[in-house]
Amino acid sequence: MATLKELSNKEILISSGHRACAGCGFPIIIKQALLAAENPVVVACATGCMEVCTTIYPYTAWKVPFIHNAFENSASTLSGVEAAYKSLSRQGKLDKKIDFIAFGGDGGTYDIGFQALSGAMERGHNMLYICYDNQAYMNTGIQRSSATPRGANTTTSPAGTESYGKKQYRKDLSAVMVAHEIPYVAQASPSNWNDLVTKVKKALAVEGPAFMNIIQPCVLGWKYPSDQSIELAKLAVDTCFWPLYEVEEGEYKLTYRPKEKKPVEDWLKRQGRFRHLFKPENAEILKEIQEDIDTRWARLLAKCGEEA
Amino acid sequence: MPGRKGRDLRLLQGNECCAEAAILAGCTFFAGYPITPSTEIAEILSEKLPQVGGHFIQMEDEIASIAAVIGASLTGAKSMTATSGPGFSLKQENIGFASFTEIPCVIVNVQRTGPSTGLPTAPAQADLMQARWGTHGDHPIVALYPSTVPEVFDLTVKAFNISERLRVPVILLMDEVVGHMREKVEIPHVSDIEIINRPRPDVPPEKYLPYAAGPDGVPPMAPFGTGYRWHVTGLYHDETGFPTTAAPNADRQMKRLYAKIESAAEEITFTSEESLDDAEIVVVACGITARSARRGVRLARERGIKAGMLQLKTIWPFPYGIIGDIAGRVEKIIVAEMNMGQLIGEVERAACGKCEVVGYSRVDGEPIAPAEIVAKIEEV
Repeated sequence: MATLKELSNKEILISSGHRACAGCGFPIIIKQALLAAENPVVVACATGCMEVCTTIYPYTAWKVPFIHNAFENSASTLSGVEAAYKSLSRQGKLDKKIDFIAFGGDGGTYDIGFQALSGAMERGHNMLYICYDNQAYMNTGIQRSSATPRGANTTTSPAGTESYGKKQYRKDLSAVMVAHEIPYVAQASPSNWNDLVTKVKKALAVEGPAFMNIIQPCVLGWKYPSDQSIELAKLAVDTCFWPLYEVEEGEYKLTYRPKEKKPVEDWLKRQGRFRHLFKPENAEILKEIQEDIDTRWARLLAKCGEEA
Repeated sequence: MPGRKGRDLRLLQGNECCAEAAILAGCTFFAGYPITPSTEIAEILSEKLPQVGGHFIQMEDEIASIAAVIGASLTGAKSMTATSGPGFSLKQENIGFASFTEIPCVIVNVQRTGPSTGLPTAPAQADLMQARWGTHGDHPIVALYPSTVPEVFDLTVKAFNISERLRVPVILLMDEVVGHMREKVEIPHVSDIEIINRPRPDVPPEKYLPYAAGPDGVPPMAPFGTGYRWHVTGLYHDETGFPTTAAPNADRQMKRLYAKIESAAEEITFTSEESLDDAEIVVVACGITARSARRGVRLARERGIKAGMLQLKTIWPFPYGIIGDIAGRVEKIIVAEMNMGQLIGEVERAACGKCEVVGYSRVDGEPIAPAEIVAKIEEV
């Protein structure tokens, strides 16, 4: 566990002045993640909001080496960097310990970058991949991704007379990464900063690949006032839509259990993208969404050895 | 929908117009992936296709999108995808497959400045050669290139018709500025739109040879699910569709694929011209640059220069004959393009030394202005 005092003495490796929207969640995620690093960090970033907003010519918000290649390959690009680092270390040309972190949004991680991510994890590169999951393609204007929750209105899963929004449930990518049997997988939220920082520390400390899935509220895509991002991240956790847990060497552990599990409506009704779900004709969909969360939560509790 | 006599005039963005035209051309399937500056096409079709009984799928990347389009086309659906530079690169292997297996499909590429992520919101015309040679190996392809929103409508419909008629992938190249520009466009009544469907077999399933072509080189295509079983493969194949490595077959197959496009070249070549009759200096251009060239030529005429212009709406197959004729009667051809010089190589091949060919390139993410065309005309 890190103390706030300890963290406040460290240099913040992402500067202000980037062009993210007011209230955007990812600058907070970057800040918290990089604060956790004990060693010099090299960052690779997929195409997306984070890449675009933090690197507008001729400036950069990053105080660490930063590589952007394409949309689908931040994990592959960083694999090359990490392999070269290992080689240089073996040859005695580098003696510094360096941490490698790849960032990708949900589009660049769950969808187009999935193959690159899976390959990097399987090969066992000593790197941490962080997905900042804002649940749609926000950089191109809110198109559905496989991380978009069921029922969300996006520009390619529009809600209207013929549709209640996205039909499918989101892909449980964290579970897919657990199935890669890598040393460390975790879900985190910027609302629970200490939990997030502690998990990044663990992820960087393990030998081999680590994956973290971090929920990121998006003002434009989720449609809520820009001062409520952290509240919405917290509600995602407290409704058990986004449980905070980690899987170390295959062992599940719940790292935060809400005192009282809130109904998912508390989270949904605060976001414009779910507004249509509260029409009478969509009552059944709301019920199914709650049931799905309950089932997944019960399954997770069992895996973590927690009482139901 | 307006009455038969009412005119349907609309103010549409190029991307919106492309989506509208696709539906009227008979497109019932779209698989896509978000990418600037083409995303509006997917967004609009995600809403409109289900309303007309069609189907929209957002795939996990651009490779999957074109693959789904090919699959849908095999079932008989007129199918389309839309993308831009990086996505167009990813689609190339599948475009080669569609060309080689003769599966009709339309691929829209709303071009942005490349290479790589490039300038995602800025225009460029640097995918001309990728449209022709993006995939590996010899292969036939057709590419059309509108310069206005009304032309987007016209050429989108033509893209479907050519693709169906010749069983070939058709690339619709658009400029970012055309994709995002709003202009008045008259949508023709559906009964006034010429619609061409793919050739169907007129033999029973047991007699069907999927790659036995008639005199036009185009084999009839039976939709999957209609009782005709046939084999589709990216390996060289004979008339039965089954793979073979036999040299004479490989030679015959490749030459037929080229011949079917060559024999239809005249009917699929579209150009537009301005003041060509007595022109001494001719500007050749396509897309947004053709609009500046048209204006530039008019301004040059006001200054007493005998200038003319040729707009290429069909890029591939390249209209070598038309340009060769012009080259024989003018002093100079200026090729204006927003790339480092792609069109000019083909124009030089067509001109065959009959006149001087000079290039004008702009590669800073800004369109070429009419004043630049005038200045170039005056300079040469």
